[in-house]
Amino acid sequence: MIESFAAQPWLTLLTFAPLIGALFIVASRMMAKKNDDGVIDGPDLEQVERNARIIALAFTVGAFLISLGVFALYDRSLAGFQLVEETAWLGGGISYKLGVDGISILFVLLTTFIMPICILASWDSIKSRVADYMIAFLVLETLMIGVFVSLDLFLFYVFFEGSLIPMFLIIGVWGSKGTKEFAGFTLPSRVYAALKFFLYTLIGSLFLLVAMAWMYAQAGTTDIVALQQFDFPAGAQKWLWFAFFASFAVKMPMWPFHTWLPDAHVQAPTAGSIVLAAILLKMGGYGFLRFSLPMFPLASADFAPFIYALSIIAIIYTSLVALAQEDMKKLIAYSSVAHMGFVTMGIFTATKQGIEGGLFQMLSHGFISGALFLCVGVVYKRMHTREIAAYGGLVHRMPLYAFLFLFFTLANVGLPGTSGFIGEILTLVGAFKVNSWIAFFATFGVILSASYALRLYREVMYGELVKPALMSIPDVDRRELLSLGALMAFALYLGINPSPALDVFSPSVDLLMENYDAALAAGALR
Amino acid sequence: MGIFETLSFAAPELVLVLGAMTLLITGVFIGDKSAKQIGYACVGLLLVAVFAVLFSPTAPTASLFNGAFRIDAFSTFAKVIIYLAAAVAILMSDQYFAGEKLRRFEYPVLIVLAAFGMSLMVSATDLISLYMGIETQSLALYILAAFKRDSRRSTEAGLKYFVLGALSTCLLLYGASLIYGFTGSTSFEEIARIASLEGANVGLIFGLVFLISGLAFKVSAAPFHMWTPDVYEGAPTPVAAFFSAAPKLAGMALFARVLVSSFHGALDDWQPVLAMIAVASMAIGAFSAIPQSNIKRLMAYSSIGHMGYALIGLSAGTAQGVKSVLIYMTIYVAMTIGAFACILMMRRRGGMTENIADLSGLTKTNMPLAIILTVLLFSLAGVPPTAGFFGKWYVFFAAVDAGLVWLAIVGVFASAVSAYYYLRIVWFMWFDEPAEPFERDAGPALKFAAWGSALLMFPVLTVFMGRLTEFAGRAAAALF
Repeated sequence: MIESFAAQPWLTLLTFAPLIGALFIVASRMMAKKNDDGVIDGPDLEQVERNARIIALAFTVGAFLISLGVFALYDRSLAGFQLVEETAWLGGGISYKLGVDGISILFVLLTTFIMPICILASWDSIKSRVADYMIAFLVLETLMIGVFVSLDLFLFYVFFEGSLIPMFLIIGVWGSKGTKEFAGFTLPSRVYAALKFFLYTLIGSLFLLVAMAWMYAQAGTTDIVALQQFDFPAGAQKWLWFAFFASFAVKMPMWPFHTWLPDAHVQAPTAGSIVLAAILLKMGGYGFLRFSLPMFPLASADFAPFIYALSIIAIIYTSLVALAQEDMKKLIAYSSVAHMGFVTMGIFTATKQGIEGGLFQMLSHGFISGALFLCVGVVYKRMHTREIAAYGGLVHRMPLYAFLFLFFTLANVGLPGTSGFIGEILTLVGAFKVNSWIAFFATFGVILSASYALRLYREVMYGELVKPALMSIPDVDRRELLSLGALMAFALYLGINPSPALDVFSPSVDLLMENYDAALAAGALR
Repeated sequence: MGIFETLSFAAPELVLVLGAMTLLITGVFIGDKSAKQIGYACVGLLLVAVFAVLFSPTAPTASLFNGAFRIDAFSTFAKVIIYLAAAVAILMSDQYFAGEKLRRFEYPVLIVLAAFGMSLMVSATDLISLYMGIETQSLALYILAAFKRDSRRSTEAGLKYFVLGALSTCLLLYGASLIYGFTGSTSFEEIARIASLEGANVGLIFGLVFLISGLAFKVSAAPFHMWTPDVYEGAPTPVAAFFSAAPKLAGMALFARVLVSSFHGALDDWQPVLAMIAVASMAIGAFSAIPQSNIKRLMAYSSIGHMGYALIGLSAGTAQGVKSVLIYMTIYVAMTIGAFACILMMRRRGGMTENIADLSGLTKTNMPLAIILTVLLFSLAGVPPTAGFFGKWYVFFAAVDAGLVWLAIVGVFASAVSAYYYLRIVWFMWFDEPAEPFERDAGPALKFAAWGSALLMFPVLTVFMGRLTEFAGRAAAALF
């Protein structure tokens, strides 16, 4: 009974549930009355928008419930892929294959958990073209879940690249105002940010496409499990590794490929920033763990020092850059780059603590940075500015907000008792095992993060409330409290008791390392 | 083989050419008021020809007329796409010509004749039949380019196309005569035998290069692309739509058959030539399209770039490569027809507009059109999950598989650059303030073509794509 229940295509259902929601919104748009110009307006438009919000919320919550069901069916004591579905697709070794293991299942949950929060965050802050907006988010959710559950490299690529389209539109259509001088002509800065985001990521992942073609030519399949077992020649591994690196390093983003991120974050609407920070960035780290380490172990070992160097530069340099920011979102964006530095460092130490720490750090950063962008969104919605200097003394008017913001600021710094601490300490332990100098330099990041995060908090929250515009700013409302409270609960719970997450990671990470060490040993013999 | 049996194999071509002649005579007697009916009759002819191709009672392969004309899975595949593209081009044109008061019965008949020429091209296995096919097609196309004969731009386009086309035909004929001189035969089979026997003979290679130049002109690959933007811009839009679809596929199929079936022995000699043509086309397609403000010119450069991608697959010279070319071209034809259907819907009270800036804010004034165009543009840019990406994947895979990794990497860079100008149109449509809205009464044919091609970009992922790769694989195998 249980087996037949588990054999249903749960992951397909989960992946495409949001897309079905998007189709419902399309249908409600099409059925709405249109005026003579073929445009919906007036009360009809309001009705469509109300429907869109409710459908989007219902389907994202529905997807979250399905993902909880998937998690219940998932046996966390096993290492391999579970709930595997496979259907012939393009033929010749390219199939539609889905499955989850300890590395991906929690990212699926993170995605489905963050999405309802995004919808709530956009509930009344998005005023124009609400239906289109909700459709874009639902499509994006489908593509993001697809990235984490694909067990076929080709399918993975389709989801991975496809997620650029909705995000491009989200930044470009609903982004903030302002113009930017670029290459001699003036264009809206949200357009600049959207194009930069799209082209940067596209160029990175096109290398992956060529590498994928080469791997397919060699192995005759794009099945991830088969490719992980395929023994690529050591010389070729280097090139393949670099191609994958190009894609994931841009997505992650690692220094010096990070410059698109501050632009994209600043211009995106609040929910766009949340998705970007909480989920889209995680695709890079996930890619390293799913592809680079298991498929090209020899190259990964060879290039690990290179990754350490980039990670440490990211941790120290971008933290210093964050110190100098005048824009709240930019500051958090740079802090994200620094925190992702810990992740790449941890993953490429190829120790159990390092990898688990990297995974945990990504998970925890999903909650914390999502929450921080949400916090910025709270005041942005009220004041329409993200400039740090425009605030000050908010604690007098918004005590509850000040408390929540403080919690997430400290979690971002990595205060013990929050999930940020566990991730950082584990990656540092992993780094210590490999080389104590790496850990030594990386630890500076912890100190620097305290200085920029606390500076942000001091300038926004403390001091006298002198700015007249801030005199009547209201505290967080119920909807914001619900979202921030849920995020806080997770960050706190995993900070005090990280084992539920670590236990899920553990068997899969063990298997990964076993294969990795075996491949290195075999490579050394050759 | 008796004469009737031979002719029965060529049934699709006979249907087209006899039908076209009959309709031409009918049109002369009835006059232009019969234009609409003759248009439908021509669509009917093309559909009958599709059925005749698909359900021909013969064995899958046959060689007719002393080996000058060959029917195999390859020609079948190409003909079906060509006939369908021609039929859609006729249907799409009606509203435009009605609006321009230019409804003439010759238009659909000329398209049928061009389709007949293309059909000869994809079946040609002899230099003579190759030439006949190309000329039949080209003469029809020259007239079509100048079809709006009171317009200076259109006549200029026709004349330019004709002069340059004649030049390229000279190159092609010169190449063919050299090849004949050095092998003593015009039959592909015989040429292949001698080429593989004697290896790379300088005279033969010389002839081949001229032949490649002539063919590159027909598919508008750089550096023989100069006519394309002017002709696309000057010719009536439905004609440009037709130009960018079926003739490109026919030219590419002919290219594949000549190079693979008669010069496969000289692969090492023509591979670098073709690879350079591909690189030049992709570069010109990618960079020259950026400053364009006229959407038809932009589509012209875009099609030059797309020919470059298709030629990557052909440079591989393998069955996988030919298969990828067929897949790519099929998807390209669907995309480009859809894109031109959208361009044909860019109509305001004053008439047609062709400026990209006129698309500004289209999502606010005409959401369905904006959605269709967005899907097609992302597909042209090759972004998954649209079909354009699948086409690129097969082409790049064929190149990598044949050891041409560098060519795939160049292709990747070109597609990143070209993504910019497709995205620029998306940016106008989605991010900018609305311009004056277009008229909304696009005819059913245009709507059908636009929606149809946009939808093809998606179900492609499951049902259609698997079928397409299967048929293309079978077609490609027929050449080896």
